[in-house]
Amino acid sequence: MTQVVPEAPTPAELREIALTRAEYESATAQLGRTLNPLELGMLGAMWSEHCSYKTSKPLLRQLQSTGARVVLGPGENAGVVDLGGDLLCCFKIESHNHPSAIEPVQGAATGVGGILRDVFAMGARPVALLDAIRFGDLDQSLQRHRFARVVEGIGFYGNCIGVPTVGGETYFDSAYSENCLVNAMCVGLAERSQLVRAVASGPGNPVMLVGADTGRDGIHGATFASVQLDDSAEERRPAVQVGNPYLEKCLLEACLQLCGHPALVGLQDCGAAGLTSSCAEMAHRGGVGIEIDVARVSRRERGMSPYQVMLSESQERMVLVVERGQEDAVRRIFDRWDLHSDIIGRVIAEPELRILDGLEQVATLPLGILVDGFAERRPPSRRPSDLDSRLAPDPLSSPAPWSPEESWLRLLGSPNCGETRWIFRQYDHQVGDDTVRGPGGDAAVLRIKGRRDGLAMTVDGAHRSAALDPRRGTALAVAEAVRNLAVVGAEPLALTNCLNFGDPDQSEVMWQMEEAVGGLADAALAFGIPVVSGNVSLYNDFQGNGIPPTPMVGLVGQVPSVAVSAGLGFRAAGDLIYLIGPAGVELAGSEYQRLAQGTATGTPPRLDVAAELAAAAAIRDLVRGSVLSSAHDCALGGLAVTLAESCIAGGLGAIVESPLAPPSPAPTGWAWGVLFGETSGRYLISVAPDQISRLAAVCQGHGVPVLKLGVVGGSSISIGGLAEIGLVAAAQASSGALVNLMERG
Amino acid sequence: MPTDNRHRYIAEVVVTLKPVVNDPQGLVVTQALHALGYPEVGATRVGKFISLDLEGAEESQVRSRVDEMCRRLLRNGVIEDYRFQLRRAEP
Amino acid sequence: MAVRFGIAVFPGTWSERDCSHAVSLAGGESTLLWHADRDLKGSDCVVLPGGFAHGDYLRAGAIARFAPLMDAVAEHARAGGLVLGICNGFQILCEAGLLPGALLRNRGLQFLCQPTWLRVETVSTPFLAELEIGTTLEIPISHGEGRYYADPTTLAQLEAESRVALRYSGPSGELADRYNPNGSLHQIAGILNEQRNVLGMMPHPERACEPLLGSEDGLALFAGVVRGLVAAGR
Repeated sequence: MTQVVPEAPTPAELREIALTRAEYESATAQLGRTLNPLELGMLGAMWSEHCSYKTSKPLLRQLQSTGARVVLGPGENAGVVDLGGDLLCCFKIESHNHPSAIEPVQGAATGVGGILRDVFAMGARPVALLDAIRFGDLDQSLQRHRFARVVEGIGFYGNCIGVPTVGGETYFDSAYSENCLVNAMCVGLAERSQLVRAVASGPGNPVMLVGADTGRDGIHGATFASVQLDDSAEERRPAVQVGNPYLEKCLLEACLQLCGHPALVGLQDCGAAGLTSSCAEMAHRGGVGIEIDVARVSRRERGMSPYQVMLSESQERMVLVVERGQEDAVRRIFDRWDLHSDIIGRVIAEPELRILDGLEQVATLPLGILVDGFAERRPPSRRPSDLDSRLAPDPLSSPAPWSPEESWLRLLGSPNCGETRWIFRQYDHQVGDDTVRGPGGDAAVLRIKGRRDGLAMTVDGAHRSAALDPRRGTALAVAEAVRNLAVVGAEPLALTNCLNFGDPDQSEVMWQMEEAVGGLADAALAFGIPVVSGNVSLYNDFQGNGIPPTPMVGLVGQVPSVAVSAGLGFRAAGDLIYLIGPAGVELAGSEYQRLAQGTATGTPPRLDVAAELAAAAAIRDLVRGSVLSSAHDCALGGLAVTLAESCIAGGLGAIVESPLAPPSPAPTGWAWGVLFGETSGRYLISVAPDQISRLAAVCQGHGVPVLKLGVVGGSSISIGGLAEIGLVAAAQASSGALVNLMERG
Repeated sequence: MPTDNRHRYIAEVVVTLKPVVNDPQGLVVTQALHALGYPEVGATRVGKFISLDLEGAEESQVRSRVDEMCRRLLRNGVIEDYRFQLRRAEP
Repeated sequence: MAVRFGIAVFPGTWSERDCSHAVSLAGGESTLLWHADRDLKGSDCVVLPGGFAHGDYLRAGAIARFAPLMDAVAEHARAGGLVLGICNGFQILCEAGLLPGALLRNRGLQFLCQPTWLRVETVSTPFLAELEIGTTLEIPISHGEGRYYADPTTLAQLEAESRVALRYSGPSGELADRYNPNGSLHQIAGILNEQRNVLGMMPHPERACEPLLGSEDGLALFAGVVRGLVAAGR
């Protein structure tokens, strides 16, 4: 240990590593001494919000993660559920928002790379990717550019590595102009015997670093005047890493070959805070310590300091703990894939992270302090003072700027409701030969070779309702995800979530977090869905302008038989169209309101969990019993847009009645409220005439309201007395929604 | 590290599409430049730059080896042309 | 003895298992061939599957073509053995000179994953022997560099010798620019070598072998090989 006693860091130095003075003093008090710059850097990284979750942890404890099918809950690289027959499903969603705003292609790409590693670090082969992305309005060229580059980045990584991108959600709103969102979800499969934990054990066991060389990527603000960090005169600190999906493919194959091998003790991917967090977390979980010699780490650049080696976030690296004596067997696996594997250290009995540089010991930190020594934060929270005035108005009383027909076509032709083919044709959604239902539907369905059952998955984000009422808006997102699985005949197994917020040091944002997490916890519990993994992204804020609360819900379910499902498009003229769930008339928080009125006002739609559960069960039974010709979740754009989507997908028109008769007197916006309102818990289905009695029986059995609306056929789409548009006009509007904006340059 | 009579060289190779091959990327770049206010740009062709840090004894030998590398791997003779510059570098 | 397909695996290949699955649906058996080995393990038909061999770095297939396995594949082809190159496999065959021409970046500059129709142009090859000229097959593409290019002399020769195997077309076989997803010259989706034992194609027939996944039009290519070899007393 160096004999020089380090001075206390200056405020600027603390700011660089995002530690408060109080945190610094707590660390030194717990340690009984000051920290040298390397130790301080490592502590700062581990105590950062991203690694420690110090602000979110107190809230996330509310989330229930137990269930009969849960194998591993939050706290691991990814959540794991049991599919039966010794097959496990492993999945998680994670954000990569800030890097994507800086360099959209590589930011998005490395986000995909990171989530893939989280899944194969468990020993699971990734079988699907989904992405939830948000940008500002596309009439601005910067937003078009960012959106196009993020899609390019997702495709670049996913296509090269050979994992299909089967679903996602894309949404445009000026609230995301400064802070785009890129949340990537990955689903993988593992035989039970393949499952690996990120745990170190067995003092004396070697620690290996495999994959890419370590460079200076991703180290932020690592400067201390008192210590020279860099041998070269110029400090090079690239903020964004460049992904190498080819290397990760090789890494994936090598790691999967290794999982289940007796030589492997533990496996962890190298992500945020690099080697520091991988080693610290693995050791802490195992109740042991790890000693690393930075001189043994393969580097991509010359003159890297121990600080840079320990904090580098170079991509495509994994840390392994191997049974002593078995290093060669492990080496051979990595050699075959042309990947180098360095023994960089060993497991030790003392529960500390000890860093050597050759013969010199340069840092030592007890793991109890490094990993758990931070204090949880409870910043003040305050309900926005203007909230009541925003909830009070009734959007139905506002005059509508456009006729019902024009509103309908505008919605269909808007990027949030229109066809998304421009996006998903850039993603390989079929590699693996298991995609039964890919992008463009309500949920994706994957078959599992050798089995009858299959996986269903969706990712759904909260929309404008969450800006008005974060608790309810988040719960509504959970309900939507459940409905999206129901229409493909799937029962939800478990949930992953990515919670995106602004700056929690603003008391209103802290309130939003409390409300949203509470809403998620309540809804997941009420729906009986365990929360097995997740991620929080805070500080999505630019100069005081933060994003609205944006929780994303990733839901994975199981279908008993992949051979049976119904798509969302109408199938035959003469089929009868029904609405399952409540008829409604409201506009608060709707997409129509966003387009027509700009701001979100009013009270968001109610959530009736009991009714949602019954309706979802009925829809599942109907789909599985092959009763339905089509089934579509009623979401953004309400009944009118949902109906038009089913018509366009099927190439068939429809003639339906309004589900409600107008009251007398009717509010100004009543017709628009019926057409475009986003009342929750609704499905639009169609059945052949000979299936009507089965439909009625199933719905009655579940106590679910079913309302006949009309019939499939013709060349127009009409909702009796309210609006009528041509099928061709609707299809053109929808297919042009993204294409027209994106291909004009 | 170069030793004895071996020197360090830098070969800078430029690989371009043959003139007869259509280059949509070049077209898009031209359009983008026009949109940014550079109407004076006519045709644009987009190629590849490859820098090789190598060692060798005598320049003509090194030149001939680099030429071979280009022909065998760095360019596809069906669709691409190449040229390169070679210079001595500090060890 | 079952007809054996040897499926090459380069670092970065990812559709070897998809091809294995298609082969088994067609009644054949498959074995994987590692790029660094020269052993074809007695394969009747070698398949170079889709993927991003060596990341497609430098050019798609540029590095893979130098793999030791490719020496064995070239010899197998010279001796009349069957070779099927799919997507990245087609790119590797062109880089290796086993097929003429080259694959360039899609003219729209975007990666495209979508269904296409392919018109069968010749059946004088075991891969297409089960089909009829003019039949259309619905088979998906999934590539960023699928634009086929060859110089005018080569193109003329391909056409004159009926070595264009498959062309991008409309659902009824109509040829038009709007059915050409990537700008390939002459709407070429797949070609044959002079001996007609090597077929390279950009679309993925292994993804079109089951109605559950959308189309089973691709199965005929694998089944054609199996039945052809069985009939030949293999």
